Amino acid sequence: MKWRLFIPFIIFIGLGIFLWRGLSLDPSEIPSALLNKPVPTFSLPNLKLNDDVDGVDEVVFSNDDLKGHVSIVNVWATWCASCQIEHPVLMNIARQAKGEKGFKGLVVFGLNYKDNRDDALRWLQQLGDPYTKVGFDGDGRAAIDWGVYGTPETFVIDREGVIRYRQVGPVTQEVWEKTLAPLVEKLRRMS
Amino acid sequence: MRRNVRHMLIRNVLSSLLMIVFMCWSVATFADSRDLYEFDTPAQQTQFQEILTRLRCLVCQNQNLADSNAPLARDLRDEIYKKFKAGEDREMIMSYLTDRYGDFVLYRPPLQKNTYILWFGPLLFLFIGFVVLFFIVCRRDKKIS
Repeated sequence: MKWRLFIPFIIFIGLGIFLWRGLSLDPSEIPSALLNKPVPTFSLPNLKLNDDVDGVDEVVFSNDDLKGHVSIVNVWATWCASCQIEHPVLMNIARQAKGEKGFKGLVVFGLNYKDNRDDALRWLQQLGDPYTKVGFDGDGRAAIDWGVYGTPETFVIDREGVIRYRQVGPVTQEVWEKTLAPLVEKLRRMS
Repeated sequence: MRRNVRHMLIRNVLSSLLMIVFMCWSVATFADSRDLYEFDTPAQQTQFQEILTRLRCLVCQNQNLADSNAPLARDLRDEIYKKFKAGEDREMIMSYLTDRYGDFVLYRPPLQKNTYILWFGPLLFLFIGFVVLFFIVCRRDKKIS
């Protein structure tokens, strides 16, 4: 009969577990509805107008750029404070992608969300440019197709152009090392 | 007229004008999406508003798309308006949004397998509570009798 005395304690422990779990959940971070689905069809003008490429006076960033290699697409804007915070980490990722053997083959793209083109170009000039291409999404409609609801957001896309992960919030060094880098490595190994 | 009476008159007129300005201003800030979009019939406008109330603003997540002033809410209202005008029905518009944002964008969670706990949980706990109460009362009766 003594075990009955422990019922309140058991309920307390049970409740404690639920509440503890609840503390680490963030309901405002919604998972991407496009997880494991192909990237939505899009075509945006490149932020940087390339006039030194022969015969091409404007470059386009579209689905075609996301096939054949593992990609990271980072949604950012100059008016977004967190984007400035994550910028050095992106520069680091871009550097690794270009040089070291670990992430060679990874391509970093940007999606400039509801921004001013001149401001964005100036921002990249001042802070550095980690992006191979930056799609200029002035009215934010392409971002809606991607299910973007805030900045910054970062997508990891595999060789087939399928979205494998969506990071909500800035890419910190920890997020890169613990979550994104292992995933990129895994996707690179897949044939 | 006498100076202090004239002062009072001026003061009253000025404060009334100020009050009218503030009232107009506060009315203007209550203007919502109803005033921005045009519809062929009032029934269409009601339909459009109803769709907006069924969708969640993902920035201010406790508000629906009809109430929220977030930039994303405004963009989504524009897109929904375009689709509505193009003749898309409520289901098509809702799928457009759930395809991109998932079920969370629905203001009322749908009744499906993974939301049974959400819908029936409170009832279930209430039921468990009654059962426990029943057993406690029974035991008390047994002890008495």
